[in-house]
Amino acid sequence: MNCRSEVLEVTVEARQVEEAMLALLHTILLHRSTGKFHYKKEGTYSIGTVGTLDIDCDFIDFTFVRVSSEELDRVIRKAVSEFKDALNNSGSDGMGQISLEFYQKKKSRWPFSDECIPWEVWSIKVNVVNLANEQERQICREKVGEKLGEKVINVVEVINRHEYLPKMPTQSEVDNVFDTSLKDVQPYLYKITYQITDSLGTSVSTTMRRLIKDTLAL
Amino acid sequence: MDSDLSPQDKKDLDKFIKFFALKTVQVIVQARLGEKICTRSSSSPTGSDWFNLAIKDIPEVTHEAKKALAGQLPGIGRSMCVEISLKTSEGDSMELETWCLEMNEKCDKDIKVSYTVYNRLSVLLKSLLAITRVTPAYKLSRKQGHDYVILYRIYFGEVQLSGLGEGFQTVRVGVVGTPVGTVTLSCAYRTNLAFMSNRQFERSAPIMGIIVDHFVDPPCSSQRPANMGQPCNYRAPDEEDGGPFAGVQDSQEVCTTSFSTSPPSQLYTSRLSYQPPALAGAADLCHPAANPNQALHAGKEGGVVLVPAHPPHGTDAHLTVEHAPNTPGSSGDDDGLSQSGEGRRDEGRRSVSPSDPVESLNAFTRKVGAFVNKPSTQITAASLDLPFAAFAPRGLDSEENDPMVQPPDSPPCPSPLQASLHSQGSEGSGQQDDFVMVDFRPAFSKDDLLPMDLGTFYREFQNPPQLASLSLHISSQSMADDLDSLPEKLAVYEKNIDEFDAFVDMLQ
Repeated sequence: MNCRSEVLEVTVEARQVEEAMLALLHTILLHRSTGKFHYKKEGTYSIGTVGTLDIDCDFIDFTFVRVSSEELDRVIRKAVSEFKDALNNSGSDGMGQISLEFYQKKKSRWPFSDECIPWEVWSIKVNVVNLANEQERQICREKVGEKLGEKVINVVEVINRHEYLPKMPTQSEVDNVFDTSLKDVQPYLYKITYQITDSLGTSVSTTMRRLIKDTLAL
Repeated sequence: MDSDLSPQDKKDLDKFIKFFALKTVQVIVQARLGEKICTRSSSSPTGSDWFNLAIKDIPEVTHEAKKALAGQLPGIGRSMCVEISLKTSEGDSMELETWCLEMNEKCDKDIKVSYTVYNRLSVLLKSLLAITRVTPAYKLSRKQGHDYVILYRIYFGEVQLSGLGEGFQTVRVGVVGTPVGTVTLSCAYRTNLAFMSNRQFERSAPIMGIIVDHFVDPPCSSQRPANMGQPCNYRAPDEEDGGPFAGVQDSQEVCTTSFSTSPPSQLYTSRLSYQPPALAGAADLCHPAANPNQALHAGKEGGVVLVPAHPPHGTDAHLTVEHAPNTPGSSGDDDGLSQSGEGRRDEGRRSVSPSDPVESLNAFTRKVGAFVNKPSTQITAASLDLPFAAFAPRGLDSEENDPMVQPPDSPPCPSPLQASLHSQGSEGSGQQDDFVMVDFRPAFSKDDLLPMDLGTFYREFQNPPQLASLSLHISSQSMADDLDSLPEKLAVYEKNIDEFDAFVDMLQ
């Protein structure tokens, strides 16, 4: 199967980076999370319930919906915060990209470690601008809000094509498909990575690969 | 066309579509209430969370939706539409958006009803949650209160988009193919909000929230558009009051909660090679059971029976849900909401189970907003509530409707929602709905946690009691007296005419 890849681009002010990233990442994860599976005898399972939460952004005229899971929110916030710090420290240009990759694990025989096979990758390209005065910032608030709205519509459009999704696993295989470490929800296995583009526009001057989830070290 | 679909699958599919339609309406209306929504995730499945999503059920909204559907399902040529409109305090209204749940003829025969369709409907609902926060009406609905309110109207049949003005945009939320057709969910929203913004900012906010309508013609009932909607609000009836919503519990069917995995059978393996990747996920035999207590026997393709929910089961599940601390229950009954007026609002809140204070406060506890729901006759009368109306040309209403004679209630009468719903029945047309009120949130008041004194204050002073001097008896009496005493006064003035002239000269 081919890995589906989607790219979203946003242009934001420095203080809006965090909220814009959270909005988009959480929107994607909302669609890619289910309730906790409870396996019972004979291969049946039941699915828990996913709650949702509206989050108002402080620096953007926008409200997004995320899954009601504090653990998941903490993980995503941590990743976004690292990305934001890396962007700030990188240089004046402020271009970077954060990627959310959904993958499946495939067990390999010893001595080979398990493979991670991505089936969907979302890349969010960020371009940070500096604004001179308050009026421009106010306009930027609204404009970025509208842009994020368009991006959410794009995300929804892609997801509702109902293209490949890993099949529902048996109990023994569930950790190869889903992240079962959270108490209340169960997203598909994912990892978040980011890279910062330096001012020359060449990519990967600093590529930092951070495995946010407890996947295997590669 | 249906010959390929087993009767059990057909029944499941109908049930899924029905509850999908009801949940769609809930999501849309809740997104336009003007508040942030918050529901909890629960790792243990309950029987009543359709599509594995925690979406509360506001009873009034379910009632309206069922009324509009009238036992039918969205089908080809029969769409279910939720129209969101805005009504200003001056009485102008404008349609903002129309959400359409439609079905078209494109069938997907190979899809697994009980698993794939169900999961895709769940994803579609999540998409709806996300998109409802993106359309322009969301921001408007968050700011509703004094100047305007947001209303909803549910109708079934042909989609009507003419009220959205020119240049309206459409956004498609998503589609789900089923063996009997493709379910499509989309939203058409108005882009031309020009008149709205002018109006909104011309009026300066009155200090005390009193509606300035001294010189405005009273809107006659004939001027009300035939299709006014319900405000995005509800007030749950008391527990004791069977009311119009007694039926809600019974119909709270247990939704599918249990799925199964099993190795694909021979049949499905061979079909896999012909299927596009999209359906690869459907290759598993996943048959949900209606009741988690009933285990399925996996491994037999087609051998699993979906047990339909009987009302007793449904009710039981519903009742257990009510007591579970994690899930506040899918209907508003659980929250012990009060049903009327400002004063009782606080009691309603306090009576909520303390284990869920956050939910209870986020739950739809209140509201009486600026424009209280009154039955239509009373609205006409109340709008004649002008000072000096006794002198205004009349002939519209008989004396018994005259507010000068019988001042309208203030504060608004308790449970106007129920009054309006009962009066709807007598009106006949399902579309001539009255308004229930939207949450009234005065500026600078704190959100949620404490009883809103400021709101109570505003409300009380919006509808001050009639001045005694304006009541008809006294005014007519005084006028009669005045007229009688006029000749005497004139005589006195004539006598003193010289004094008056001197006074006037002094002033000049």
